[in-house]
Amino acid sequence: MEPQSLAFRERAAAALQDPHLATALRRLESGWQRGRARAAAALPEFEALRDAAVAIKDHVLENLDLYLEIFERRFTATGGVLHWARDAAEARAIALRICREAGARTVTKSKSMVAEEIGLNAFLEANGLTVVETDLGEYIVQLAGEVPSHLVGPAVHMTRERIAELFARHHGGPLKRDSAELVAEARRVLRRRYLEADVGITGANFLVAETGSIVTVTNEGNAELTQGLPRVHLCIASLEKVVPTVEDAFTLLRLLARSATGQEFSAYTTFLTGPRRRSERDGPEAMHLILLDNGRSAMVGGPFREMLRCIRCGACMNHCPVYLAAGGHAYGWVYVGPMGSVLTPQFAGIERTWTLPTASTFCGRCQEVCPVRIPLPKLMRLWREEAHRRRLPPPVARYGLAAWAFLAERPALYRFVTRLAVAGLGLLGRRHGRFSRLPLAGGWTVSRDLPAPSGTTFRALWKARARSRS
Amino acid sequence: MPDQPRVALFVTCLVDLFRPSVGLAAVELLEAAGCRVELPEPQICCGQPAFNSGDRQTTENLARQFIPALEPYDYVVAPSGSCAGILRTHLGELFDSDPDWKMRATALAARCHELVSFLVDVRGMRTVPGRLTARVTYHDSCSGLRELGVKAQPRRLLAAVSGLELVEMARSETCCGFGGTFCVKYPEISTRMVDDKLADARATGAELLLAGDLGCLLNMAGRLARKGERMAVRHVAEVLAGRLEDPPIAAVREAG
Repeated sequence: MEPQSLAFRERAAAALQDPHLATALRRLESGWQRGRARAAAALPEFEALRDAAVAIKDHVLENLDLYLEIFERRFTATGGVLHWARDAAEARAIALRICREAGARTVTKSKSMVAEEIGLNAFLEANGLTVVETDLGEYIVQLAGEVPSHLVGPAVHMTRERIAELFARHHGGPLKRDSAELVAEARRVLRRRYLEADVGITGANFLVAETGSIVTVTNEGNAELTQGLPRVHLCIASLEKVVPTVEDAFTLLRLLARSATGQEFSAYTTFLTGPRRRSERDGPEAMHLILLDNGRSAMVGGPFREMLRCIRCGACMNHCPVYLAAGGHAYGWVYVGPMGSVLTPQFAGIERTWTLPTASTFCGRCQEVCPVRIPLPKLMRLWREEAHRRRLPPPVARYGLAAWAFLAERPALYRFVTRLAVAGLGLLGRRHGRFSRLPLAGGWTVSRDLPAPSGTTFRALWKARARSRS
Repeated sequence: MPDQPRVALFVTCLVDLFRPSVGLAAVELLEAAGCRVELPEPQICCGQPAFNSGDRQTTENLARQFIPALEPYDYVVAPSGSCAGILRTHLGELFDSDPDWKMRATALAARCHELVSFLVDVRGMRTVPGRLTARVTYHDSCSGLRELGVKAQPRRLLAAVSGLELVEMARSETCCGFGGTFCVKYPEISTRMVDDKLADARATGAELLLAGDLGCLLNMAGRLARKGERMAVRHVAEVLAGRLEDPPIAAVREAG
């Protein structure tokens, strides 16, 4: 998927005009945001758990090669087949080969952001396969011909009314208004698809090195049906998903659902260890895992290393006032919200995405709620530095900054110029106390008045005060 | 520490240019808290516009300018959470390739404070000169709140203002949409954010909206003025010091 991130402002401005989107996004605030607050308050060790999670993630990242090798050995010993993929193209090619070797025509898929990252659906479809998303949100987005707008809730941008229309159009039958009816309808349609599928593709929330297990988390049980019913299970995961032990996975799981939706635990958590054994009655005959790097190993030990702690809970976007106003599609690529503003430049290149790290007030809410304490504002600032070095922002922004810096670095000149400006503006604004329009201030005065300065600087008052006291 | 610490007022560029009364209020409060206040020069700007635009060079140039001026003081105090946040939290992150300056910056950073938290946490202030009969609400500016832990301190001192009734707004910790250059780069999103903020402020029935950061205040007051709404906006230091001679921010200064 080509990033559309340079048009962030335009896409956001358009999104702000959409009343459905505003309604849909307000639910995030009343739902998941409050849910997280309640869940965190209810667990006395929540903050200690966050510290433990940071320690686990940092330890893994400092010893990533070791844990990946252990995982590979254990996973292979369970009967799984591991494929290393350097980049998106390699991962796609491996996935297609596995599907072809399985003679697949239909594949079911449970939610996987890594699959979105590598553009897997479009690629498989272009190669003649039918791909069916089984996560309800992903299914809705697929029917609508859209892309996910949120890590955890791909269709959070849609209201129930729009989903009802979509279902009526695609499934036939009368328009349903009730959520339960809509869910039942999706279940009916999807059950057939699970049984038709030759390959089931899932993501992974964690990979456990000590047991070689793949851990998936859902609220719908769709990952279990996707990986368990078809003959072949294909899991796609990125390197940093590996954790040393089952215990570590549980530490992170205790944070994941609480941070994401406010649930204590997601409805379904599955540890999948190898394909069906001879003594077993169900499960896939073959299990493949594609481990994707796509630039991650280069992040280890680098300035963006903390981003690799991310467990994809979505708390940063649930709490981001910019995301909650603009919605996920404004970001123009797979990863959205604050975590997306750090990751997207990594994957798609800063030239095509430099706007994203600027789309933040640095309010710090994302860092405050991040279960693994990723310093997201700091990392966005690092991207701003990279963009500044490469002169990516438009000339007006760069020259404005340079002109201000020129003045600020010359105190005497600065004081002279600002004293004149303040006196002038103070005089002009005396009548109304504010300006509704002012040259060079268009970005401000488009929706706000500019309060007028009072006419004297603090410095002048301070000097007068000192004189009157001596 | 001496009984009467020497405090460098870091007045901030916005207060210097737009709202000098906040600087005077800060001086009065610091003096009431037993400090000797000076305005060392040169001090132009903490460097935040450059720092947040990714321009580390300019940030460091400005820091080289003000660090020597501020170093001789026991404390540096700024009437702004975001400027104090730069001084206290980020100054030591600069100068990665200059250990001498890094050491000086780190040493200074530890002595830098936001005004209201300094008054309460460092000077133990419990009473204030200000008195005002009004129903007010208070917005928690982001940098002060999350970088410096400014939350209880302004409320504690506002409770000491005789006549004042503080009504908490919903989501007082949500950003007002200012964000420095964010508000001019993304005016559409910024406007939605400030409208949400003002709706929460209005719902309290307060006649006066307070905060501790002039950037946020200019944003909120500017939006209220554009919409022709009556709620007054002031810096919290003006109320605490009882320095209310100037009309509220963006309000009409003189009749006719």
